[in-house]
Amino acid sequence: MADAAVLPADANLVLKRAQQGKSYWRRVWERLLDDKVTLAVIAVLLLLVVMVVFAPFFTVHDPYTGSVLRRLKPVGTLDHWLGTDEVGRDLWSRMVYGGRISLLAGVVPVFLALVIGGFLGILAGYMGGLVNSVIMRLTDVLYAFPSILLAIAITGILGSGLQNTILALTISFVPPIIRISESVTAQTRHLDFVEAARASGARPLTIMRYHILNNVLGPILVYATSLISICIILAAGLSFLGLGVTPPSAEWGLMLNNLRQALWVSPMVAALPGVMIFITSMCFNLMSDGLRQAMDVRL
Amino acid sequence: MWAFTLRRLLYAVPVLLGVSMLVFLLIHLAPGDVVDILVPPEVPKEIADSLRRRFRLDEPLYLQYLAWLGRLMVGDFGVSFFSGRPVAEELFGALGNTLVIALPAALIGFSLGIALGALAAYNRDSWLDKIFSATAIIGVSLPHYWVGIVLVAIFSVVFNVLPAQGMGFEGVPSNWDQVKHLILPVVTLSLIPMGVTSRLVRANVLEILSQEFVGTLHAKGLSNRRVLYHTLKNAAPSALALVGLQFGYLLGGSILVETVFNWPGSGGLMNLAIFRRDVPVLSATILVLAAIFVVINILVDVLQALIDPRMRR
Amino acid sequence: MTGSAAAAGGAVAPAEPDAGMPLLTVENLTKHFAVKAGWLNRSRGVVQAVDDVSFSVRNGETLGVVGESGCGKSTTARLIMHLIARDSGRIRFAGRLVGAAHGLSRRELHRQMQMVFQDSYASLNPRLPVVTSIAFGPFIHGLGKPAALKRAMQLLEAVGLDPLQFANRYPHELSGGQRQRINIARALALEPRIVILDEAVSALDKSVEAQVLNLLADLKAHFDLTYIFISHDLNVVRYISDRVMVMYLGKVVEIGPVQQIYHSPQHPYTQALLSAMPSMDPRRRTLRAPLSGDPPNPISPPSGCRFRTRCPFAEKVCEVVPPSLLAVATSAAVACHMRVKGSGHSRADKAVVH
Repeated sequence: MADAAVLPADANLVLKRAQQGKSYWRRVWERLLDDKVTLAVIAVLLLLVVMVVFAPFFTVHDPYTGSVLRRLKPVGTLDHWLGTDEVGRDLWSRMVYGGRISLLAGVVPVFLALVIGGFLGILAGYMGGLVNSVIMRLTDVLYAFPSILLAIAITGILGSGLQNTILALTISFVPPIIRISESVTAQTRHLDFVEAARASGARPLTIMRYHILNNVLGPILVYATSLISICIILAAGLSFLGLGVTPPSAEWGLMLNNLRQALWVSPMVAALPGVMIFITSMCFNLMSDGLRQAMDVRL
Repeated sequence: MWAFTLRRLLYAVPVLLGVSMLVFLLIHLAPGDVVDILVPPEVPKEIADSLRRRFRLDEPLYLQYLAWLGRLMVGDFGVSFFSGRPVAEELFGALGNTLVIALPAALIGFSLGIALGALAAYNRDSWLDKIFSATAIIGVSLPHYWVGIVLVAIFSVVFNVLPAQGMGFEGVPSNWDQVKHLILPVVTLSLIPMGVTSRLVRANVLEILSQEFVGTLHAKGLSNRRVLYHTLKNAAPSALALVGLQFGYLLGGSILVETVFNWPGSGGLMNLAIFRRDVPVLSATILVLAAIFVVINILVDVLQALIDPRMRR
Repeated sequence: MTGSAAAAGGAVAPAEPDAGMPLLTVENLTKHFAVKAGWLNRSRGVVQAVDDVSFSVRNGETLGVVGESGCGKSTTARLIMHLIARDSGRIRFAGRLVGAAHGLSRRELHRQMQMVFQDSYASLNPRLPVVTSIAFGPFIHGLGKPAALKRAMQLLEAVGLDPLQFANRYPHELSGGQRQRINIARALALEPRIVILDEAVSALDKSVEAQVLNLLADLKAHFDLTYIFISHDLNVVRYISDRVMVMYLGKVVEIGPVQQIYHSPQHPYTQALLSAMPSMDPRRRTLRAPLSGDPPNPISPPSGCRFRTRCPFAEKVCEVVPPSLLAVATSAAVACHMRVKGSGHSRADKAVVH
């Protein structure tokens, strides 16, 4: 047994030279790299994001100017490869630019709900008692609404627009995230290493930050990513109802609504925006599934 | 058992109260109020204010809430801004219309979902299962309102066999022509529960099949069909919970489908109310739908406890 | 800070008459758990997990704590560590009352007393490298990150693990014995005076167990520690302890020097426990009376002496009067009517106690 003084003075030096272990996240990452399907899906999504962000580079026409003469041209027209909408705007441009709002409205609410709901859920799960009761009862009240209804209630009464849409969707997704965060935290709370951390005299917030968070983040993250696909569908759905963004903005759901009349004249064009919603939603779904599988690491 | 039911019911009361408070809050956060809508903007402020006093809009919020709640209890859901008719009339008529498509959709969606899910679980990893998995993921990613549009495009526009819009009858359909109006909306609506149900049933059945008692049943010499029966009985509680949730989503999600098909259900009513800024109708509809959801969940909990004794907490 | 001073404090505890330097004194510790069931989650009964437990731990000794599962050893440990709240009783560290206004705070107590748990894997955060787990304690008590890490690595050396090999590893990459060394290092990181070992070696293979026990002995000498060693393994307790405390159904039934306990146990339960130990020597076969009867329900323990339902010597007085823990010799005490003159038990006149 050593007299404890035979080490180099600099702990960081030792850490650098010490043999690196394989952390949990490293193993998840390696499993992910093995999953070809998920990688492909992530690549598709990245491509989508790039196209949407750098929209001017990928489109020729202005999404907002239309010409009555060029109304409802079918798919495959020379100048407009996906046709034009009911006021003559190029459909491809509208879809790409519309992607900005649709993706934004699909991802931001889940991210916000993750931060808010995650914090509240972990707090409720760790503290138990009164704090837990209060938070969970409030969650139950929100849970009494089917999510669409809640979003419709908020936007319908407060008014349309991107801000209200994001607000409404965030509020709709906070309860399920609180639920799963609380559930996972409550399970972790009783493990011995948390008791040991308490025994070392740490305060609750410190323990939550260093010991609970890194253990519950995995399941919560997987669940949250699975919500993105639903959020995209809902966001487009809200616009479809006229509760989301307003004309002349380009947004997939709104486009679907505007093109409804055109269904009788040019059915393919009218259905096109929905394809984007479908593809994006499916990609997020597959990605979330892949993430879940990768995280299912047996320790 | 009855203690459990009672507890569950009692528990619903604060939740419903909370729901009503939320709706009330939303109404009051809405820009503008009753008077602004009823009265043209040129009217001088004093008259508008006196009207507000008449409608008791200047009273403290909690008093207004209690008054509103009281009116709800006796069935007075207020009067539509747009039509002037009592909301309750319009609402319950519309709800009936929604049920005409929601109930068949639920039935078809669940039965097919359960059947497909169980089938896939039984034939695990076969080509049948693989097709199922692919279909399931597609199903969950599909925006159902878009599917409705696509179906209309195919069956109404291109092939012209089914009507694209409208209900075409009052109450219940009585002949084939009227039934035709039902088909597309019901099919579209049934996709919602079918996708989620089949996936969950498959997961549940798989889990049960992997448990040891199934091996025991086989060893006892029970036929496959009997084993299936026992398996389903064990899968029932969770499937039931799902039913409750999905029915709620059906009610909420019907607004989208009803918009596509111009169906005069509660969803369509909400749509119009939003369009016309008809706050009483909108808030009443939301409240009633949420209340129905809560009641369904209670029923599901009680049924679950009935079937599975372990759930009686 | 002698035993009599503790007694003078108004509490019961005349258990250890002649103490050396009690570092930790526990007085009348009680914890009951309510059992809830049925309508409205009403309380259906109470598990008297720890009932009026008093003892002290002297500076520099190893106190072994033995008893069957459910006797309250682990609960007592957690109560002392303040991981669960006690219902009543007092705890003093070095004479200072814990939790009182001018006494020791919980946080300060944790600087003085630490615990090693049974499950070596569950005791470590699977997401952190082990060096971070060890450094966590000092870090949150104010030591900066580099200094905390340095201390952690010194401790890794102290428990026999090369920092260059082990510092950055994760719990799942280590064996049970290595993990338990990490746990010990983690307990020592805050430089406590007392370390509670709650079945710390019970889950290890025998050879590994021996290594860890030797390590514990070395560390005790080197860092001047005091141990409370909880175990159900009587052989290990005999090997490592100076004094032994025997618990049954939430109460202390006997306490004394290890040799005395193992050679001439005074309490029938202790005798039964020891006789149940298989001996390697065919000449020393079991002669004493074995345990009889069923283990009682912890929710409603027997009246009077809790052991009476399984005691071969039980009499009427045992049903009525609960025996108190009374000294029978220097630093030994037992809770049994047979050992108290004038208790009413037929065998009492052979007793020694005043």
